[in-house]
Amino acid sequence: MTTMSKSSRLDPEPMPRRDFLGLAAMWAMGASAAFALLGMLRLPRAAVLPAPSKKFKVALPESLADGEPFVPAGRSVALFKDKEGVYAVSTVCTHLGCIVKQSADGFACPCHGSEFNKDGTVKKGPAPKALPWLAVTKDGGAFVVDEGKVVDPGTRLA
Amino acid sequence: MSEATTEPAMGRFLANLREIPKTFRESFVRGGAPTTDRTRSSFVFGNVFLHLHAVRTHRWSLRWSTTAGLGIVSVAAFLITLITGVLLMFYYKPYPDAAYVSIKDIHFVVPTGRFIRNIHRWAANVMVVAVLLHMARVFFTGAYRKPREFNWLVGMGLLVITLGLSFTGYLLPWDQLAYWAITIGANIAQSPQEVTDALKITQYFDPGGMQRLLLLGSSDVGEEALIRFFLLHVMILPLALVALLGVHMWRVRKDGGIARPDDADARLGPPPADTYPVFTEAPQKTYQIATIVKGRTPAVGKGPENTVPSMPHLFYAEMGVAMLTVLVCVALALVSDAPLKELANPNVPENPAKAPWYFLGLQELVAYSAFMGGIGIPSIVLIGLGLIPYLDREKEGTGLWFGGPGGVPLVILSTVYGFGTALALEAFAIRFGWIRQWWPDVPQLVITALNPGTVLTALYAGFSIWAVKKWGSTRAGALALFTCFLCGFILLTIVGEHFRGPNWVFYWSPSEWPGH
Repeated sequence: MTTMSKSSRLDPEPMPRRDFLGLAAMWAMGASAAFALLGMLRLPRAAVLPAPSKKFKVALPESLADGEPFVPAGRSVALFKDKEGVYAVSTVCTHLGCIVKQSADGFACPCHGSEFNKDGTVKKGPAPKALPWLAVTKDGGAFVVDEGKVVDPGTRLA
Repeated sequence: MSEATTEPAMGRFLANLREIPKTFRESFVRGGAPTTDRTRSSFVFGNVFLHLHAVRTHRWSLRWSTTAGLGIVSVAAFLITLITGVLLMFYYKPYPDAAYVSIKDIHFVVPTGRFIRNIHRWAANVMVVAVLLHMARVFFTGAYRKPREFNWLVGMGLLVITLGLSFTGYLLPWDQLAYWAITIGANIAQSPQEVTDALKITQYFDPGGMQRLLLLGSSDVGEEALIRFFLLHVMILPLALVALLGVHMWRVRKDGGIARPDDADARLGPPPADTYPVFTEAPQKTYQIATIVKGRTPAVGKGPENTVPSMPHLFYAEMGVAMLTVLVCVALALVSDAPLKELANPNVPENPAKAPWYFLGLQELVAYSAFMGGIGIPSIVLIGLGLIPYLDREKEGTGLWFGGPGGVPLVILSTVYGFGTALALEAFAIRFGWIRQWWPDVPQLVITALNPGTVLTALYAGFSIWAVKKWGSTRAGALALFTCFLCGFILLTIVGEHFRGPNWVFYWSPSEWPGH
């Protein structure tokens, strides 16, 4: 074991004290600015998002034939009724969010030409996935559709 | 106070009063009228705005064929939108419904409102065209090369901001056009979900959803979205543009002015006899300074390095271009009104819902794959453009139109190839459809990776590599690639603008569209 030579007050410091303090101050400032910025990144997303209620109540017309879509006024949902029950398919195109319109045997999107079958599966065009099925519950004689809640295709309310 | 002291004081006062116009002018323009070499110089560097320019300008930079004045057209158009935009803000209310009504007021009630809105809209279009052409000019004259690499990147930033300004402005009227353009734009921002969904990782990693939320401030397009786009349009993007524009123009000067070939002086020849002023106090006699240099002093009868004073030569030219831009915008505003459709209706999309014209090429690609068309290919193009000056380190042809290996024949060949392949692919996809129609169950990732947009990009890249090998030059590859993408952009824009109708179906002419 070698003995360490005793350092002298006159030896040059590895880093001058002033440089150290200056750099430390700069890094401290940088770090606090970075953390402040990170905190502020939360700003663009409000804790409660301002959006109208996704749930709505609807009564199906008596005359609605099995397998024919019924689109309530002002909503982007098509309701269907068949022997197994009632179900709802979103009419918001999965491509870029346009509202699909009823066509001869399903739905067609006016914006970029996607076409869907009545069960929402893609027939043609750029849409990457099928139109989602939405949750339907019963409320008295009417039905409540929740546009915010997606269910597995084929889920019907008996 | 005695008469004797009052009299001279009053006399001085009156004399000063009489001289106010003169003394005010002298305090305002220091250095006097720009009539000598010295005052012409101080006219430039004594003015905070003008001193973005050099005091003297090379004659090469002043030729019409060097720049076509496109940079100045862009700046002039921006200034026009700035002024008219501020005027429009007196009446515009950034809130759904109120926004639509306020634009209607501007159109029908506010005196000159329609005219100012028309000028604003046309100047914005002129700006987009001028910025695109300016970029093409800089590319084709090889002006992005050292030492101007970084300024090319600054220019790309300005291009993106210009497009952003135009797009955010498109949304403010809150009519059908605006609402569905926001919806489509926000969903393009969300389109990385096309990939994350296919990989089934959206639950854990959802950059698309985050981008959409950041733009809209809500899950739906509504008041939060409008105020965000408004803020971007009138505050964030203009400030960013002004800052970058200052850097851009200052660097043009610091990088040695407009790019010119090494033999520019020889190509230019002597200045025309009627060029005035060149060098007002040019020495009329030359001296032999035998001990220092051989030959005669070079600066006889012409400015140093073949330059002329920026005042008046450059500034008069710039003023002329700016005035022409104003004239064009005003003329267009008089003959064509800015559109205003029905109030936004979230349940009925416009059919067809078309983006502003400069995004129609992208919309055409988006109609094959949202992610590749809206984000993938634009990113590839931007990264490619940004890399050009760092990959092309050659010297040949700088400052000359279509300069460098390959030259004009290569550009012509690339034009034919660029238009030809894009046309063939479009015709094929329109006639025979694409993968989804042939095999409906094909995984989405296959379509994302293999659609007319990506195939076209790959064909262009292949052609560019061929050009690099054939001419043994990166510049040749860049010429081929840039020309191809320019042609593809033009062709897709024309298809999107003219040949797409309701449901984005192909029609030979809008007159064949079925009525709703």
